[in-house]
Amino acid sequence: MTVRVGVVVFPGSNCDRDTLHGLTVAGAEPVELWHEQASLDGVDAVVLPGGFAYGDYLRAGVIARFSPVMRSVAAFAADGGLVLGICNGFQVLAEAGLVPGALLRNRSLRFLGRDVTIAAERLDTPFTHAIGERRPLRMPIAHGEGCYFADDATLDALERNGQVLFRYVRPDGAPSDGDERSNPNGSLRAIAGVLNADGNVCGLMPHPERASEAILGSDDGIGILRSLVDSAARARAGAQVAVGAR
Amino acid sequence: MTVAEARPVEPLHRRLGLTDDELEAIRDRLGGREPNDVELAMFSVMWSEHCSYKSSKPLLRTLPTGGAGVVAGPGENAGVISIGDGLAVAFKIESHNHPSAVEPYQGAATGVGGILRDIFTMGARPIAVLDALRFGDPESQRTRHLVDGVVRGVGGYGNCVGVPTIGGELVFDDSYQGNPLVNVMAIGLLDERLLTLAAAPGPGNLAVLFGSTTGRDGIGGASVLASATFSDDDPSKRPSVQVGDPFAEKLLIEASLELIGRGLVDGLQDLGAGGITCATSETADRAGTGILIDLDAVPRREPDLEPFEVLISESQERMLAIVRPERWDDVREVCERWGLPAAIIGRVTQDGDIAVVDGGREIARMPASALTSDAIVHQRLSAPPAHRRAAPAPGAPTVVSDRLPERGMDPGAVLLALVGSANLSSRRPVFEQYDSTVGADTVVGPGHGAAVLRVKGTTKALVASTDGNQAVGGFDPWLGAALSVAEATRNVSITGATPLGVTNCLNYGDPTRPEAFWQLTEGVRGLGDACRALGLPVTGGNVSLYNESPAGAIAPTPEIGVVGLLEDVATLVGPAFTTDGDAIVLVGESGPGLAGSEYARLAGTAVEDGPPSIDLAREASLQAFVREAVARGLVAAAQDVSGGGLAVALAECAIWSGLGARVRLPVANSPAVEMFGESPSRVVVTTRPRHAPALELLARQHGLPVETIGTVGGSRVVIRLTGAGATGAAEERGSDVADELDVAIDDIGHAWEQGLARSLGWEAS
Repeated sequence: MTVRVGVVVFPGSNCDRDTLHGLTVAGAEPVELWHEQASLDGVDAVVLPGGFAYGDYLRAGVIARFSPVMRSVAAFAADGGLVLGICNGFQVLAEAGLVPGALLRNRSLRFLGRDVTIAAERLDTPFTHAIGERRPLRMPIAHGEGCYFADDATLDALERNGQVLFRYVRPDGAPSDGDERSNPNGSLRAIAGVLNADGNVCGLMPHPERASEAILGSDDGIGILRSLVDSAARARAGAQVAVGAR
Repeated sequence: MTVAEARPVEPLHRRLGLTDDELEAIRDRLGGREPNDVELAMFSVMWSEHCSYKSSKPLLRTLPTGGAGVVAGPGENAGVISIGDGLAVAFKIESHNHPSAVEPYQGAATGVGGILRDIFTMGARPIAVLDALRFGDPESQRTRHLVDGVVRGVGGYGNCVGVPTIGGELVFDDSYQGNPLVNVMAIGLLDERLLTLAAAPGPGNLAVLFGSTTGRDGIGGASVLASATFSDDDPSKRPSVQVGDPFAEKLLIEASLELIGRGLVDGLQDLGAGGITCATSETADRAGTGILIDLDAVPRREPDLEPFEVLISESQERMLAIVRPERWDDVREVCERWGLPAAIIGRVTQDGDIAVVDGGREIARMPASALTSDAIVHQRLSAPPAHRRAAPAPGAPTVVSDRLPERGMDPGAVLLALVGSANLSSRRPVFEQYDSTVGADTVVGPGHGAAVLRVKGTTKALVASTDGNQAVGGFDPWLGAALSVAEATRNVSITGATPLGVTNCLNYGDPTRPEAFWQLTEGVRGLGDACRALGLPVTGGNVSLYNESPAGAIAPTPEIGVVGLLEDVATLVGPAFTTDGDAIVLVGESGPGLAGSEYARLAGTAVEDGPPSIDLAREASLQAFVREAVARGLVAAAQDVSGGGLAVALAECAIWSGLGARVRLPVANSPAVEMFGESPSRVVVTTRPRHAPALELLARQHGLPVETIGTVGGSRVVIRLTGAGATGAAEERGSDVADELDVAIDDIGHAWEQGLARSLGWEAS
C-alpha cells in the first residue's frame, strides 16, 4: 500500500500542486487537506507547502496558524507525526511555534527567486536519510521573508541539539562564511532548515519539490521528499522514526 | 455667481473624452435620441481607443489570423492554439503603459493581474508570465523610480499568485523617457474540452458577478489614462489607477477554474477596462443577446457610489459568469468556499440591449452592439514624415565618433562596453526579484534566450519569447515590426521548437497625428508581412496608442510575443556552448548598415547608412533549417545573432558555458559591421566536428550562406578578422585598428554581470 502524505491547501497556497506532484515522483500518494477541515484524513505525514497563505498581508504565516487544519497538524506533530514545512510552510510552522526561530525579511528587503546550494548537517533524520551522503544540494528559493533569526542562546542550543538541519553553502559545498551570494537572505549561521526538539517537524526555506526531476535542472530535492515518504512508511509500519536530540 | 462658475463649461461628452462627431454617432445608434448622462459615461468608456480599437480596427483586419491549430483567435480574451493530446495553449500580451507611468507599482501589478484574467477566463490555468519593459535614460532619477516600482509591482503580484515570470525584456531608449512601456504576456494551458468563451447565451440565464467588491478605484481608466496623452507625473490622474490584490486574484483563478471544470458556467468574462459595462455588453454582443442589469445587486466596497461609477468602475479581481438558474446554488457554493462574494446582477435577455435598472427605475438602455462591435471606427489620416532622416551636411564626416573601431579603438574594449551596457548586460538583478520556478515546470527561465516550460504528463515543452525593436522602428516602422517578429520567432526556432502563433502589443503615438498613424499603419503591415512569410497566425493582442509626453512620442514599438511547441523536450537545444572542440558554424550573412544597433547607441552616432534590411523568405528558410538540424541531432548549441551582433552572440555563448571561442571572420563589409552589426537572419550553431559537413550541406539545401568560422575552447573569446576588409584596408584607412578581438571570458562575464546594476545605480549583489 502506498504512503499517504497530506498537503495542506490554504487560500493563497501556490506550491500545493507542485508539492503534490513532487510527492508523487517520490512515490507517495498525496492527499489534499483543505484549511477548514479539522481531520487529517489519516495521512501518514503532512507537508505545508509554499505560497502566500491568506495573502500574507500582515506577516508571513501569521494568520494560517489559526486555521482549523493547523490545530490538527499541531496535535499530529505532538503525537510524533512527521511534518515538513516548505517556504511559506516553514513560516507557518515558525509562527505556530512548531519549530524554533523566526523568518525575517530578506537582508536585501527584496523578494529573491534563484537557485541556492544547501547541505544537510545530518543524514540520520526522517527528512534527510535518503540523501545518501553529505553533498551540496541545488534547488530554488523564492521568498521575501526567509532570513532565519533566533537569539544567540537559542542558536547555540539548536546547534548543540542537532536541530540545525540545512545550511546555505557555496556551490562546491564549502561553508558560506558570510558570502552574500551563497546565503542570500542573510540567515543567521546560514540556517536554511531546522528541526523541532523531537526531530519530527522540519521547516525548510528552499523548494525541494521544484528540484525533483532532472528536466528541471536539478533533482537534488527528491532525496528530501523521498526521505519523508520512506520515513512515513516506516512510521506506519510501527518503527521509530523521530530521532530526537542527540 | 462666482467667476469660476461663470466660465463656459465644456459639454459633458467632451469632458468624458468624446468628440462632437462621436456624440452624433451615438445619437444615431440610439435611434436619434439624446443619450442621458449615464449612457454617455458608458459610451465614453466603450468608445475609448482602448476598448473600441476605433483607430486600429481597419488595420488589424489585414492580419493573418487563421491556421490549422487555432482554436480561438482575435476577438476572444486570448488566442488559443492546440498542442495535441487534447491540450491547448492560451496566450496574449497586453499593455499597462499609462497606469505604470503614473503609479509604477500598482500599474505594473494590475497589468499582470489583467492579463492573467484574460487567460483563465478561457478555462486555461496560467503557467507563465513574460514582461517586456521599456524605459528612458537609466541614469535619470525618474527612470530609476519607474524601474524600481514596475519591477516590484510585477514581482509583488506574480510571485503571490504563483505564476512564474519566465522571461521578457528590459530595454532603455530615450524615446521612453516620458512614457515607459509595460507590456505583459501570459501563457496558460488548458484541456481543449474546457475551452470557455466570453459569451452570454441563453435568455433567462443569470449574470453573476463574483470576486472583489466594486469601488471607486479605476473610474475611467480606459478613457482617461489609456486613451490620451498626458504630461508627466500628473497627480490628478492617480485616482484613475486601479489597485491590485493578488491574493484575491489567486482565489479568483482557483474558483474560476473549478466553475469551468465542473461545467457550471455557460460563459465567463473578466472585468477589466470598462468594468461591468464592458463585460456585459461584450458577452451579450458575442451571443446576440442582451443583459438587463440590476445595479442594486452589485456588491460594493463603499457607500454612495453613483450609478455610472458602478457601471464603469475598474475595480480589479472581478469576473462575470453566465449561469443557468438551476446551477446558481452550486456556483454560489464554489465562490463561498473560496471566500469570494457572488451576486446575481442581471439576466440574459432576447432584445439585444444592455439595460440598467437602479432603484426600480430604468436609467440606461442601448444595443449591446452599439457599445462594442458597432462602435465608431475612425479612418485616420496617414502620412510619412517629410524627412525620414536628415541628410548629412555636405562635407560632414560620416563617422562622427572617435570611439568607433575604424578610428583606432580596440574591438575587445568595444565588446566589453557592449556586454556591460544597460541594454545588453545581464538582467539578473531584475529577474531574481521574480519567482521563475513556481509551478515546477521551468526548464529554462529568464536570462538565456527563449524560456522553456515542460508540459507535465507529456514529452512536450512550450517555448516562449518576447521581442520588440524600437531602435530600427524609429528609422523604418515596417522594418522594426518585421524584425521584431523575425527575432521572437527565431529565438523559439533555435531551441528546435516550432512557433505556433503570434500575439502583439502595438505601442504607438497619437493616432490623430498623421505621422504617428503612418507609423502604426507601417508597423501593422510589417507584422502582417512577417507573419505571412513565416506562416504564422496572429491570434490576438492589444493596441496602445497615445504613447506621447511633452518630450515627444515613443519610437514605434510593436512588441511581439511568440509561443512554440517542442514535441520532445529531450531534444531541446540551448545557446550556451556545450563541448570543447566543437565547430562554430555561422549560418546567414551580414549586410551593411549599423543604424538602430546597440553599437550605434554606444558610439553615440547618428549613423547615416540606415539599418540592415530583412529578407523574410530567407528568415523563414533559416528557421526551418535550424529546426530540421536540431531534429536530426546535428546541433549542440544554437544562438541568435541580434543585439550587439556576432561578437556579443559569441560572448554570451562563452559566459554561459565557461568555454571560449576562436573564430576567423572574413570581412565583407566593415570590421564594425562584421563584429557588431545586427543584420537579421543569422544564427551561430555549434556541432561536433564530424557533423559539420552534414550541417553545412543542410544549410545549403535551404539556400542559406554557411561557413565554419571557428572552434569552441579555451578561456578567451578571440575573433581574428580576415579578408580584404581587414588588415590592409585598415592601414589604408590610416588607422591602427586592431584586427583581432581577444578578451578573457572572465572579463566579459564581469562586465556583463555588473552592467545593469551600474547603469541603474543599484548596489551590486
